[in-house]
Order: sequence, then C-alpha cells, then structure tokens
Amino acid sequence: MRTLKFLLRKEFRQIFRNKSILPMIFVVPILQLLILPLAADYAIKNISLAVVDHDHSPYSQKLISKITSSGYFQLTGFCDSYKTAMNLVEKDEADLILEIPEGFEKNLIRESEQKLFVAANAINGTRANLGGVYLGSILRNFNSEVRMEWIPVTRFSPLATIEITSSNWYNPHLNYNYFMVPGILVILVTMMGGYMAALNIVKEKEIGTIEQINVTPIKKYHFILGKLIPFWVIGAMVFTVGMLVSWLVYGIVPLGSIALLYGYLAAYLLSVLGFGLLVSTYSETQQQAMSVAFFFVMIFNLMSGLYTPIESMPDWARMISHFIPVTYFVEVMRMIVLKGSEFHNIITHLVAILLIALVLNVWAILNYRKTSS
Amino acid sequence: MREPVIKTEKLTKRFGDFVAVNEISFETYPGEIFGFLGANGAGKTTAMRMLCGLSIPTSGKATVAGFDVFTHRDDIKQNIGYMSQKFSLYEDLTVLENIEFYAGIYGLTDREIKDRTDELIQKLGLQKEAKHLVASLPLGWKQKLAFSVALIHRPKVVFLDEPTSGVDPVTRRQFWNMIYEASANGVGIFVTTHYMDESEYCHRISIMVDGNIEALDTPANLKKKFEADSMDEVFYQLARGAKRQAD
Repeated sequence: MRTLKFLLRKEFRQIFRNKSILPMIFVVPILQLLILPLAADYAIKNISLAVVDHDHSPYSQKLISKITSSGYFQLTGFCDSYKTAMNLVEKDEADLILEIPEGFEKNLIRESEQKLFVAANAINGTRANLGGVYLGSILRNFNSEVRMEWIPVTRFSPLATIEITSSNWYNPHLNYNYFMVPGILVILVTMMGGYMAALNIVKEKEIGTIEQINVTPIKKYHFILGKLIPFWVIGAMVFTVGMLVSWLVYGIVPLGSIALLYGYLAAYLLSVLGFGLLVSTYSETQQQAMSVAFFFVMIFNLMSGLYTPIESMPDWARMISHFIPVTYFVEVMRMIVLKGSEFHNIITHLVAILLIALVLNVWAILNYRKTSS
Repeated sequence: MREPVIKTEKLTKRFGDFVAVNEISFETYPGEIFGFLGANGAGKTTAMRMLCGLSIPTSGKATVAGFDVFTHRDDIKQNIGYMSQKFSLYEDLTVLENIEFYAGIYGLTDREIKDRTDELIQKLGLQKEAKHLVASLPLGWKQKLAFSVALIHRPKVVFLDEPTSGVDPVTRRQFWNMIYEASANGVGIFVTTHYMDESEYCHRISIMVDGNIEALDTPANLKKKFEADSMDEVFYQLARGAKRQAD
C-alpha cells in the first residue's frame, strides 16, 4: 500500500503539472459538447427546393407558399422548365425539384385529381429521403385542405379514412440534443480516458523511466494501479464537467438516479482504461499508441450505435458492436438519462461491461509481463 | 573469505538458436569496482539484465546480493541499485520529489526519507535547486543525482550501464569520485563503459566477446598479459576477433 501511495503521489504531481492536461479535462468537454450536437442533428432543415410552376394559378401559389412556410424548405429557384431546374441540381444549388404541371388548378377542380412530380438529388440519401417525406406530407395536408373546401363534411363521409395519432415517449419534442448529448459525452470520456492512459504509460517507455521502475521492487500490479487510478479519477471529472454542460446548456437532467449513472461510469472506465493499457503494451512510442488508439476509437464511434441505430446494421456489424464498450454505455446513458431506467434494467449492460473490462485488463497485464521479462 | 555480491557459474542465455551469453562465470566482492566491457552486441546488456532480475537465465547459476536469480528476483531488486545510460529520473518532478519517490518505493520510512534526502542534497550541493524541476538541471548534475538516487536505499551492489556517456570530462571525473566513495563504503560496483580510459579506474575488468568472457583480471595484469600499453589496445586485440555484427 505504501508503494502505491508514492506511485499515486508521483502520478498526480506529473499530471497536474502538465500544462496541457487541465484544459483537456475542462475545456475540451465543454467545447465538444457545445459544437458536436449541432453537427449531429438529424432533423433536416434548409432543404433547397427548385419549383417548376407551369400553371401559375392561385392554387399553385398557395401550394408553394405552404411549402416555404413549413420551415424545412428554402426556395432556391423558380424555373420555367424542368431542364433549368435540373441545372440547379447539377450545380448543387437544389436538392429537390417540384414540378407543377400546366392546368394544375383546372384539373384539380374539374377532375378532383391531379399529379405532381417530385425529383430528388439522392447523392445525400438522408437529405433526399427526408426531404421527399416532408414534401409528401405537406402535399397530403394540402390535399386534405382542398378536399375540406369542396366536399361538405357530412356525417357519413363517403371515404373512410384512418387517422394516425402518435405520441413520442421519453423525448416528446423529438429534440435531437436529448438523444445526442449523452452519447457524445460517452465518446468524450472514452477518448480522454483511453488516450491519456495509453500515452502516459508509453511515455515512460519512451523516456526510459520504465526500465528504472522495472529494476525496483515495484510489483506490476502496483505500477498498473498507479497508472489506472489517476485516469479513473480524471475520467470521472471529465464526465462530471460534461454532465454540468448538458444540464446548463441543454437543460438535460437525468430522469434516473445519478448515483446509478456514476456507478455504471465506474465500471465503464475500467474497460476504457483497460483498453488504454492494452494499447500501451503493444506500442513503443507515443505516435504508435496514438495511431492504434485512433483506429479503434473511430470504430467505437461509428459502430457503437451513437450515430446510427445498431438494429439497422448488417449482422456482422451488430456482432462487432457487442464487443465495443461504448455501445453499452451509450445505451445505458440514454436509458438512465432519458427513460429513468433503474438498476434492474441495466444489469445485462453492467455484466457485459464488466466482462469486457476483465478481458481487456487481464490481456493487458499478461502482455505487459511478457514484454518486460 | 568475504562473501561475493555477485556470483555466476556458467550463466547462459539463449534466444532460440542464438546464444547471447555463453556460460559466463565470475565473482565480484563488496567495495569492488568491476568493469564489464565488450563491444556492442557482445552480450553485456543481456548479462546485466539477468543479474538485475529483468530476464530469466536459460541455464547456469547466479546469485546477486546473496539471492538466486531464478527464484528470488524480488529480493534482488530490493538490494540492488541501477542507473542506465538512458536518463532515469523524472524530468517533470523536482529534485526533492524524485528522491522522495525512489526512496518511497524502496520502502524507506518517512524518517529515513527525510534524513537521507537532507544528506544527499547537502552532499551534492543542490540546496538551491532542490525545488526545481530536474529538467532544468545540466546533464552532469542529473547524472550525479541519478547515481545518488540509485544508492538511496543503501543497496549491496549497484549496476551502472554506461553511466558517463555524453558528459564532459570534468563531470566524468567527479562522477568517478562518487563511484570511489560508494566503493569505499562497501558497495559493490558493476559498471559497463565504452571509455577505455575509464576502465583503468576499475579494480578488475572482464571483457566479453561474442557472448563469452575472454579476459578477466586487473587492468595492470591484462596489459601485461596482452603486452599492451593501454586498455584500448587490450580491448582492440580481443574485440578484433569478434564474429558477431554489432547491433
């Protein structure tokens, strides 16, 4: 225990003397949490729309103003032909083309039926898709308004319609920040904890002090604990700063127990630090450690279900995501923060993360022994 | 007869087919300065790693400070000092913090830490620099500090791996004075060096060629035996026959 005391004292002195670490702990999480959620907002706004109006009638005007007033679309061009509108798409100035045929109003009134043409630039699939959906729903709305005007509402409507009302649980306003911010915080804690632990250990290899440590009576587990405990504390600090930012800036207050959240964080950090430790045992220089860690953190980011739902990934990708610690914490964060889940809801997640932590740490310790004896 | 601090008998290390250290046998005694010479790749470092408990020998026998290198490596580590060519103190800790750290991990009591720190600072004349970061000290001072720190827990034997590479002649001289002082206090010194003039300061010298100890005697006897004027010549005569490429 006494050895550990001296190791920890040394680590904390070095960490807090390092001028770049304090900003890393406080400034990086704040900035990232302010910037990233803006970029990771899936609600698509400002879809640029080119309109080709062959009709120039009051109804077509009404339709266009309804579309522009929805807030999703930005009218970038009024074209007189489909061809000129297509030019706008080619120049990337328009995402969608809405073509209103000649006689739109006339046919609508006379035949109570009219066709519109929508073309989408599908290079950005999500944008085209969602834009099409939004436009479709506006057109349906317009359609029913028109019908209301003409068909007197009778008790026995000739057409049976099914109307769907939905309610969005846990995030009623479909606010993307509620969804993304807790997830981004997980990534932050992962990166800070994993990178910093790995770099710190490799740095001792690089400057040669590890050789000195190896000839002292310090036990391997002392040395490893001396490295893990400080970064465990730092990980918890980063997380706390992040939670404060999400409360103050985004008004996100966990519905569930904060103690439970920290309890899970404690287990989660074990796995992250185990990862950092493992990377450090395979690297001789800080550059190597950085590249290896970066490779994995990229995978963690993209395959953990933070940005895209795991359910829609192919089977092999879903398999991989089960081995990524980030996956579990992102889910647990969303469960506890948004749904107010309780301990019994997250038991499987807890067992999974503890297993991952165990495997990574044991692997790292075995590998560490091998390289130094 | 005095007990040897290091004693090896046919100590061998193989890496697959490669015999890095081939059946070396020697003894060193308390207070003796034992020079361990050899060209790069001759097997010096491997031999030293085995004696420090960093590497397990393939065969043979060895004890360091009375402990077996196969079974009591932890006891060995508690009883040896080590200073390598790579600088071994933490640059981002102060002089005092470095001393406290190394004294602490060898299990010294707070009382002992305080007394030995005061004594060490006094001896090196570092009163003004005690609270400065080690990074701000000149290289020569760092080396002297590193040597003193390697002795802080009063080891029976201290291993010095090219301790003076890169320091100026004046500091080297001062450094050797510190080595003599430690030797006078009964600490066994095991030193590797590439400076042949330095090797003449040693009480006894061994010269390794291709994993074998080819010569082991006092500098004076070696020069006589090889009919050489200097250790440089002795070394050259032996190392010339080496077959292994330096690494």
